[in-house]
Amino acid sequence: MPVLKRGDVQVWRRRTTGESMVRWFGWLIGIAVFLFAWQRISGATTWFFVWDAPRIANDIWTRATPPRWEYISQLGRPIWDTLNIATLGTLIALCLAVPVAFLAARNTTPSALFIRPVALLIIVSTRSINSLIWALLLIAIIGPGVFAGVVAIAIRSIGFCAKLLYEAIEEIDHTQVEAITATGASRWQVMAYGIVPQILPAFAGIAVFRWDINIRESTVLGLVGAGGIGLQLSASLNVLAWPQVSLILVVILVAVVISEWVSAKVRGAII
Amino acid sequence: MLRLEKLTKTYKTGDQALKAIDLEVPKGQVLALIGPSGAGKSTMIRCINRLVEPTGGAVMLDDTDLTRLGSGALRKARREMGMIFQEYALVERLTVMENVLSGRLGFVGFWRSFLRRYPQSDVDEAFRLLDRVGLLHMADKRADELSGGQRQRVGICRALIQNPKLLLVDEPTASLDPKTSRQIMRLITELCRERGLAAIINIHDVALAQMFVPRVVGLRLGEIVYDGGPTGLTPDKLTEIYGEEDWEATIEKVDDDEDADIEAAE
Repeated sequence: MPVLKRGDVQVWRRRTTGESMVRWFGWLIGIAVFLFAWQRISGATTWFFVWDAPRIANDIWTRATPPRWEYISQLGRPIWDTLNIATLGTLIALCLAVPVAFLAARNTTPSALFIRPVALLIIVSTRSINSLIWALLLIAIIGPGVFAGVVAIAIRSIGFCAKLLYEAIEEIDHTQVEAITATGASRWQVMAYGIVPQILPAFAGIAVFRWDINIRESTVLGLVGAGGIGLQLSASLNVLAWPQVSLILVVILVAVVISEWVSAKVRGAII
Repeated sequence: MLRLEKLTKTYKTGDQALKAIDLEVPKGQVLALIGPSGAGKSTMIRCINRLVEPTGGAVMLDDTDLTRLGSGALRKARREMGMIFQEYALVERLTVMENVLSGRLGFVGFWRSFLRRYPQSDVDEAFRLLDRVGLLHMADKRADELSGGQRQRVGICRALIQNPKLLLVDEPTASLDPKTSRQIMRLITELCRERGLAAIINIHDVALAQMFVPRVVGLRLGEIVYDGGPTGLTPDKLTEIYGEEDWEATIEKVDDDEDADIEAAE
């Protein structure tokens, strides 16, 4: 915030001359890098495929429509599996996430020095690996099928739920906890009366939100062999059965829309 | 009944919130604790039931030193001391009845409290207390549906259902309008008289304190600078307690007066 003297007038500028030069050069370098990268990408692109894309897309569209409606008889079971993977996975994740969240929250952890870092590590490590990769690993360990899908979804969701939940725990009103402590309540009673009622709405919101996400994630788990409708999708893609693919996409869309609707309803009811 | 001996609290930052406080509260006496913000009123109350750990001195409740108790014994001791808070500190998402009954948590086991299966005698007492403060019809409402004055009444019930010997009251009227403030102060002092309870009431409003309590203790920078009847609070004394600007001179004067006050009290 420099003030310059120009004659006997005090002139105010946002930045000094040096600062604006530095910023100007920063922009110049940024734009140069962008143009260079653009050129490299352009050089490495087979433009024929790009110009061809609308024709191919149109071709696939005509092959895929109308969907093969009678195929729906074979999709009931897989979509049911998909819903179960999402729901069971979410339930297991929530059971595991609650203790992790309490151990990770600064105000409830038994030891900020030893236990909290472990809890945070669990949160980060489970969260940072995509459920598809968890599924690949688990299929190698416990074999293909719905169970691998459930476990993959559960592991992936622990970190997500625990993180949001421990943030909610850290934001509670401390005086309510003080008041319960002052009555002579035990540690567990303080938790049940002072903390749990305060985080219950957050918990319900997180649970429904994650369930909603998990339905979408579990639809693709079948691509790697972890059960559900993705298995059908991958089989149909492999034999280029486009009408079946389009029907599967429609079914997934309907399932997701329904789950969105349910979670919106539930969240509305809680808040 | 309650005796503070050289009670000291030094925060980790080095701030001395309480400087060797000596105070005796006989059975059934209600006293008001006045003083400017940051004088250590809240800290003192919280050091008594160890929501804040004192760093030195003793808190004698009858013949037990509360500062030496282990966690189990401390929980038993806390049952003897009801606490009332400035922002009511009710559990907002629980019902009025649950909030009142939570005062019995020190007496019932975890599963009984978790499943809300309180002994019938506790439930009877809760209804009796709610009736006494005029909130019987609200028993089933959620705490966050109540007005400020009503919430504070529920807070009072929660403290009283512990059947305590002593009430620790932290700014009970700071969030209330003037009329409700008086009603709440009247209710607290009446209930203390009915039950022979001693109470320490932190309060900002000097006029309100003078109106309702027989003994006033003035706290300034962690030291007691006034201890006497409400009528002894002359403008000069108030300047001493709340005085400002010329810190060095005021602290000097305060030291002298503290000695005088202790002599007077003796």
